[in-house]
Amino acid sequence: MGWIGDTVDSVKSIQIRQLLTQAVSLGMIVTSALIIWKGLMCVTGSESPVVVVLSGSMEPGFKRGDILFLHMSKDPIRAGEIVVFNIDGREIPIVHRVIKVHERKDTGEVDVLTKGDNNYGDDRLLYAQGQLYLQRNHIMGRAVGFLPYVGWVTIIMTEKPIIKYILIGALGLLVITSKD
Amino acid sequence: MHSFGYRLNGLLTFSLTILAIMCAITSLSDNLNTPSPSAEIQIMNINWFQKQPQGNDEVSLTMNISADLQSLFTWNTKQLFIFVAAEYETPKNSLNQVSLWDAIIPAKEHAKFWIHTSNKYRFVDQGNNLRGKEFNLTLHWHVMPKTGKMFADKIVLTGYSFPEEYR
Repeated sequence: MGWIGDTVDSVKSIQIRQLLTQAVSLGMIVTSALIIWKGLMCVTGSESPVVVVLSGSMEPGFKRGDILFLHMSKDPIRAGEIVVFNIDGREIPIVHRVIKVHERKDTGEVDVLTKGDNNYGDDRLLYAQGQLYLQRNHIMGRAVGFLPYVGWVTIIMTEKPIIKYILIGALGLLVITSKD
Repeated sequence: MHSFGYRLNGLLTFSLTILAIMCAITSLSDNLNTPSPSAEIQIMNINWFQKQPQGNDEVSLTMNISADLQSLFTWNTKQLFIFVAAEYETPKNSLNQVSLWDAIIPAKEHAKFWIHTSNKYRFVDQGNNLRGKEFNLTLHWHVMPKTGKMFADKIVLTGYSFPEEYR
């Protein structure tokens, strides 16, 4: 009970300058996180330099909840590479392996067929109606490295958004009530 | 400065940093390994070789694949993903790669093997250019680590060719 009284007192005793300083430091933290994210996007050449594995279609190599680091270089796409791609009309990116490549002589463009390691058949069922291959513009990046388990944080926050709100609420409360 | 919350925060940050550094060093230790793999693929039989109704050539073949990939395993290796791909050139395409068979090798003991198999995935060309064509069979491997950077390499075996006529 005394703790609640102290919190109420501290909320009442906030001065404007202190509040503004805290708001600015919070803003600095958020913007530096954004700078790091955008910088990573430039360095790796990919729209989304880090993705979380959402399904079990690449087991036992990648399990649900692992993170993949992506890189998109100008090198041609070759069989065996693990690529992350978007299908027109679907927003969730898919992480599968390339099993077939046809590269055109004249334009250098590629037709690519993918398949998840743990799936029985190739991905033609996932592609848009009538689409037989993927092209380079569908592919967001190649997986070059991986960290196990770290992605569960993102999965939990996406599937149970109440936890996200609780976390942000608690952080906001912490910022407001801390003395320094 | 000495409340439970601050101490917990400090502990958490420190342990996460240490964990990240350990993962990075583990991944770097993979570079110390110098692998010396070997492989051999024999085509035992061309089962059939037809042109599909849509106009694409398709072939079914049976292969003998033997390989020794034990030197690729390190303490940071979770599994090895290997596959055999046929690579060839056609008038329209500068490179075609078709994966015929793949496997996951979970441990070093299984990395020295011999298998007699027909192609797991259908060998369909983009067109009908396969008659009499020469092609390479490459054994690719992708080292999937327990944490960190993934490596990939291959062995190219040349000298294979399709029959001159459909059968």
